[in-house]
Amino acid sequence: MKAFAALLDRLAYTPSRNDKLRLLADYFEVTPDPDRGFALAALTDGLFFRLPFRRILTDLLGPRVDPVLFDLSRDYVGDTAETIALLWPGGRAGAKPPRLSAIVEALQSAPPAEVPALLANWLDQLDATGRWALLKLMTGALRVGVSARLAKTALSEWSGVPLADIEEVWHGLRPPYGELFAWLSAKGPRPEVEGRATFRPLMLSHQIDDKELPSIEPKDFIAEWKWDGIRVQAVHQGGERRLFSRTGDDISGAFPDVVESLPEGVVLDGELLVMRDGEVAPFNALQQRLNRKTVSGALLKSHPAHIRLYDILLEGGEDLRALPLVARRARLEAWHKRNAPRRTDLSGLIDFTSVKELEILWADARETGIEGLMLKRRDSPYIAGRPKGHWYKWKRAPLVIDAVLMYAQRGSGKRSSYYSDYTFGAWRDGDAGEEELVPVGKSYFGFTDEELKELDRWVRNHTVDSFGPVRQVEPNLVFEVAFDSVHRSTRHKSGVAMRFPRINRIRWDKPAAEADRVETLAAMIVD
Amino acid sequence: MIPERFDTWLTVDRKGLFCRPGGFHIDPYGGAQRAVVTHGHSDHARPGHARVLATRETLAVMTARLGTPAEVSSQAAAYGERITIGEVAVTLIPAGHVLGSAQVLIEWKGARVVVSGDYKRSADPTCPGFELVPCHLFITEATFALPVFQHGDAGEETAKLLKSRMQFPDRAHVVGVYGLGKCQRLIVLLRDAGYDRPIYLHGALAACCALYESFGVRLGDLKPATGAKREELKGEIVLAPPSAIADRWSRRLPDPVTAFASGWMRVRARARQQGVELPLVISDHADWRELTETIAETGAEEVWVTHGREDALLHHIQMTGRKGRALALVGREDEDQ
Repeated sequence: MKAFAALLDRLAYTPSRNDKLRLLADYFEVTPDPDRGFALAALTDGLFFRLPFRRILTDLLGPRVDPVLFDLSRDYVGDTAETIALLWPGGRAGAKPPRLSAIVEALQSAPPAEVPALLANWLDQLDATGRWALLKLMTGALRVGVSARLAKTALSEWSGVPLADIEEVWHGLRPPYGELFAWLSAKGPRPEVEGRATFRPLMLSHQIDDKELPSIEPKDFIAEWKWDGIRVQAVHQGGERRLFSRTGDDISGAFPDVVESLPEGVVLDGELLVMRDGEVAPFNALQQRLNRKTVSGALLKSHPAHIRLYDILLEGGEDLRALPLVARRARLEAWHKRNAPRRTDLSGLIDFTSVKELEILWADARETGIEGLMLKRRDSPYIAGRPKGHWYKWKRAPLVIDAVLMYAQRGSGKRSSYYSDYTFGAWRDGDAGEEELVPVGKSYFGFTDEELKELDRWVRNHTVDSFGPVRQVEPNLVFEVAFDSVHRSTRHKSGVAMRFPRINRIRWDKPAAEADRVETLAAMIVD
Repeated sequence: MIPERFDTWLTVDRKGLFCRPGGFHIDPYGGAQRAVVTHGHSDHARPGHARVLATRETLAVMTARLGTPAEVSSQAAAYGERITIGEVAVTLIPAGHVLGSAQVLIEWKGARVVVSGDYKRSADPTCPGFELVPCHLFITEATFALPVFQHGDAGEETAKLLKSRMQFPDRAHVVGVYGLGKCQRLIVLLRDAGYDRPIYLHGALAACCALYESFGVRLGDLKPATGAKREELKGEIVLAPPSAIADRWSRRLPDPVTAFASGWMRVRARARQQGVELPLVISDHADWRELTETIAETGAEEVWVTHGREDALLHHIQMTGRKGRALALVGREDEDQ
């Protein structure tokens, strides 16, 4: 538990992705089984303990800690679990802290009534960092800035086994992942997951550039709309139905509606959308259903999900990935006609004779939910990763506005000495009739390192006020901000929120008074 | 047995805590006629006093920082030396906080009062350890007076720094340290852990290190960080004042891991707020357990609480049947010096 606690502690403070990978790899290298397997499960959200956690803690604290001192401490620390970890009168001298595996195994098998006593005993044996990590583990949410994907990437970097190979077996395995670690440390065979509902790493596309466009000819390429949803893989194998995100996270719990009618023996690739009366709803609607472990009946009704299918990877136990795209497409169409599962349809092909024609078609397409075009080579096999020359995306040019820098905040990690996070605003009429700026978005990328230095200097020389790590600056610098779309927002004072805003250009030359107004942004709202 | 209530002869005025029968202030603010100074940190050792009594080490720190410890005269007291000032006897007792730090024992008409100054009871190889003095009134510091502050073993925190250095050999490790005390303690902790590479210093730390060495504290090979080449600092440990670790100064360092050695690092929000990547809980102040145990061990029936989180400590004092009082002293806020 000490090593696991030290790992979580360090990860929680480490902003850089590469540094996190190093810390994880070092941990996997030196930690024995089954501890490292349970740690991996915890990091990939694979451990749940159904416990009345708050009540247990309240009961335990009662006789141990003065309530006045607890409240004063809680106010200072700002987090209940951390407060308990810090002030628990523990760290018994000479106590041997429990192993992570011993804790997990005990929690999985202990009758609920015995959990409080177990927990109290562990808290007595652990130091403050250990107690903090234990409480995090029991709540089921580590929140140390490590995604399941990053943990798997660390496994790959540590072992030298390609990430795609790990992802293919991942969902067929269970904690504490003994077989997986044996395979990754070259002490065992690749785990056998044939016939199970596992994830197949996706084939991804490249942004097309202007030089490549003329090479796109209908005899070599098919064209489809690029739908504004999220990429998913739907699987029904070995009696299990699952929906995976593009990074291989299992999101079935939040989307039971789209997988329930899939017949056995199929792996499909498509776009997850919310659809109402045959119309694709804006991305915002889909967002309501993302990042949940389960979904309510009301939400299923108000935000019905749908998969628009464009590829088939496996049918009736037969792996189709080596076939050319057009052959897979034919199999997909025949399969869909035979089975017609509810809440699915096929992504249509667009007839075209030249790129010019595609451009015109696209310019006319005003349907919501279209984000751009996909161009796919007819003879491409389904290749995991982002192979060159096979699939292209051709995205709509981004929207832009000119906004005025209002606040700058220090970044983290490498950027902690720079004011690198920028909040910018647009003009509107204030209550007293004068023009005022209201924040419309925040962004910390889109500029070069050289520009960052200049911006940092500008912020320091034009500060009018500061609040902790945030500086308010003179409203004199204009940013050209690019973004994908605008939505209504009740959380922002301006009433609008941008999707994916980035600093496109710094308009050192432009007077702030000529920047855009909130109304300009509001006119771009699509929902 | 005790002639008068304490607050008739120990008062608080604009300049701070005043001992009437002795005619002196303790750690006063803004130029006092006569001052007893517990240690050299800037919130205790202030300029402009006419006469100062302190340990030889504290006077040397004041000379280095202020030019002169006193306008008229300064007097050095050895630990344990009983000195008469006016009607009272004053004795300086080791406080274990930093080099030269002292508690002040005041004796008058059979009453014994101890002003703790800043203190800690955990081991520190750079200064003599805290000595407990039984007393009737104990005036205690309260910097870390919340039960969440339980400082662990400083050696383990040092090991954390050394482990990180092995894990990230291409990066510099820049550690924020207070110039007087924490800086030299961390250096000695590193030396005791077997680290014998040069340790690089921000320019602001050099004078205090030289002063420690002149008092016989060996710090090993120290080099200025300022002139060093970027390449040379890869994998090295660099010490700097807290204000410099995440500001422009640190840009000269190769991809630094930002560490900070302070008791505040025990609380995550504090570490995160300062952009710290490697918090090291190393404190020169008493933690909650030391504060409460020391109160009990002095046998004092009355306890006054100076700067810090007095609410929690006063609550504890009252719950344990003692008389408590918060002293509102000027110019002592959230500090960790």
